[in-house]
Amino acid sequence: MNDTMKHTLLFVAVGVLLVLEGTTTAAGVFSGSWNSSLTILNMGLISAIMALGVNLQWGFAGLFNVGIMGFTALGGLAVVLTSMPATPGAWEAGGQRIVIALILGAATIAATIVAYQKLPAGRVRTLAMLAILILGFVLYRAMLDPGVEAIEDINPALEGNIGGLGLPVLLAWPVGGLLAAGAAWVIGKTALGLRSDYLAIATLGIAEIILAVLKNEDWLSRGVKNVVGLPRPLPYEVDLQNDPAFVERAASWGFDATTASTLYVKLGYALLFTVVLLVLLWMAQMALKSPWGRMMRAIRDNETAANAMGKHVTRRHLQIFILGSAICGVAGAMMTTLDSQLTPGTYNPLRFTFLIWVMVIVGGSGNNFGAVLGGLLVWFLWIKVEPLGVLLIEVVTAGMAEDSGLRAHLLESAAHMRLFTMGLVLLLVLRFSPRGLIPEK
Amino acid sequence: MDFLNAFVALSNFVLVPGIAYGSQLALGALGVTLIYGILRFSNFAHGDTMAFGTMVTILFTWWFQSMGISAGPLPTALLALPFGIAITMALVVGTDRAVFRFYRQQKAKPVVFVMVSLGVMFMMNGLVRFIIGPGDQRFSDGERFIIKARTFKQMTGLDEGLAIKTSQGITLVTAIIVVALLFWFLNKTRTGKSMRAYSDNEDLALLSGINPERVVMITWLIVAALATIAGTLYGLDKSFKPFTYFQLLLPIFAAAIVGGLGNPLGAIAGGFVIAMSEVMITYAWKKVAGYVLPESLEPDGLAQLLSTDYKFAVSFAILVIVLLFKPTGIFKGKAV
Repeated sequence: MNDTMKHTLLFVAVGVLLVLEGTTTAAGVFSGSWNSSLTILNMGLISAIMALGVNLQWGFAGLFNVGIMGFTALGGLAVVLTSMPATPGAWEAGGQRIVIALILGAATIAATIVAYQKLPAGRVRTLAMLAILILGFVLYRAMLDPGVEAIEDINPALEGNIGGLGLPVLLAWPVGGLLAAGAAWVIGKTALGLRSDYLAIATLGIAEIILAVLKNEDWLSRGVKNVVGLPRPLPYEVDLQNDPAFVERAASWGFDATTASTLYVKLGYALLFTVVLLVLLWMAQMALKSPWGRMMRAIRDNETAANAMGKHVTRRHLQIFILGSAICGVAGAMMTTLDSQLTPGTYNPLRFTFLIWVMVIVGGSGNNFGAVLGGLLVWFLWIKVEPLGVLLIEVVTAGMAEDSGLRAHLLESAAHMRLFTMGLVLLLVLRFSPRGLIPEK
Repeated sequence: MDFLNAFVALSNFVLVPGIAYGSQLALGALGVTLIYGILRFSNFAHGDTMAFGTMVTILFTWWFQSMGISAGPLPTALLALPFGIAITMALVVGTDRAVFRFYRQQKAKPVVFVMVSLGVMFMMNGLVRFIIGPGDQRFSDGERFIIKARTFKQMTGLDEGLAIKTSQGITLVTAIIVVALLFWFLNKTRTGKSMRAYSDNEDLALLSGINPERVVMITWLIVAALATIAGTLYGLDKSFKPFTYFQLLLPIFAAAIVGGLGNPLGAIAGGFVIAMSEVMITYAWKKVAGYVLPESLEPDGLAQLLSTDYKFAVSFAILVIVLLFKPTGIFKGKAV
């Protein structure tokens, strides 16, 4: 059996798992509902795209990014800012002030950088930079605060945020990529070119900060009050159920209207996501095969040698770091579109950063197909480990008394098995099969 | 009088909490920096090592409390601390044997070590949540305050009160003792000297007959002790929650890098720099300003630079500035 055969079989196996999920309730693991199977598939496709982005950074260039959660959340914010209708009156009340304040803030930082570059080093320069920063900060806050207050006062129960541009929601996906790319540029400029650990720490930090902003800046994202009812690229289930033509067609296939409408919408998303995934996968494959991809791998394998050949290592690293983060941003926007709500409270590093890492490592770092496979497979396992854990604990504790405190505690904490299992999987794969399921050629 | 009041208010809300938090961060950063100096990677599992040590200490504390053992006015956790340290040492050395040693023999790249430590972080995190649950735990007992705000007001006749919590006092005293012991160990004992030699120049140390495995093991033992102490002190002062300990990673890393990775003295300085900036930037200065400034200049708002939700942004901003201008840290560290 050659390699291509083996790798195709792995993808087929994931497909079989999804079909089993849709058809059988055997073993207490599968749910036997196509609805649940498609839900898993949709999130799996999004995870695969994220894994593709991370693979670009890690597999191609050896960059360790632990801030994927932040880039994903920025993608989510992009959906709100692009596709929500603008809140009436928000622009006049405070939007202008906020935009001016943000420009002021940017100008302050720019002026500080100019001062740093133009003035001769010494006490004068330090004082000048401090003065610019303090003055800029005071002006920024004086401009920003009233604007924020005014916007948050507009109908706080439902809105209280600035809203968006009211553009088609599909447009938000590339915008999400752009936002993430911007954040990645800032981080990359700071931490690349230093030791590899520093990039890890810096990305960990920026992710926490992006999340803190989303949770606390109510005027922007409604904070923990969540933005709900985001526009969708597909029709609503209720509308489909009220459409006689649709109901008729569903009946001819042997479905009732409710099931058919949910399946229709989920299949629609699955198609959209597959198209994006295939386009990105094709692009990543082309990049990998191109001279650019070869240069990237040369840099990864021996930075000194690549440098000696005249390659600007830091600049190339910055480039690929931005590209990879942008892909994560696109995936984040897609996920928020799928949920049709932005819930800053639900982002946590475990699910949005480290799980993606497990996907890349298990799938095979350095191989795009591996990353996609890892995304689909590990997502399926992630969903299924919990019922499995409960099952396992039930078996283990079957001999104990019904009212035993230990048994209750074990059953209650079974959910935390996920963390433990994911860590174990990561360590085992790194140790015994560091090249993953589909290794780099 | 106004000036005194301002100073007391400042001490109460900024200096005392800042010093306590700074000592906790310094102890945490010392652990990170030691691992970096000897094993040459950033240990992402450090926050969860702290959580594990604290959890064991809490479990022993509860056991002691149920048996009626207490330390009088001091928290029972201090009695439980040695047991917590011992068990954490066992766990950490076991982890090193089972996980990290393999990669050391392979001479793997530092970034691989970082990833592996990520896996270890996962497992420890899962273990802690599995045993004690993800919720908040309070385990401090004994006397709550060394000085209460009201007593202080009566004693001095000032308008502002100064409260010092027992946990804050204990934090500072413990931190001083631990740091003194550590520096004595590193500078005066034979083992400590061999550790520094190994950290400075691995090959030369090997040539002069230093056993690397022994150095590594002793490092892990010290790190386990530091992590457990730092974690328990933080838990006594605030409260114990596994996720908070994971989040402490960022300020701890920032402290270690600001001071210079691999430099113990730097870790302590870094801890205080980060803690003080965090507290000062998120503190509402209105009260202090009200005492010091003439009435016409008094601020209308709270005079708070950033809301407390952004305290991580402070450590991050400092980290970025240091990385941009002085990547080796205040005290020359090893890494660039």
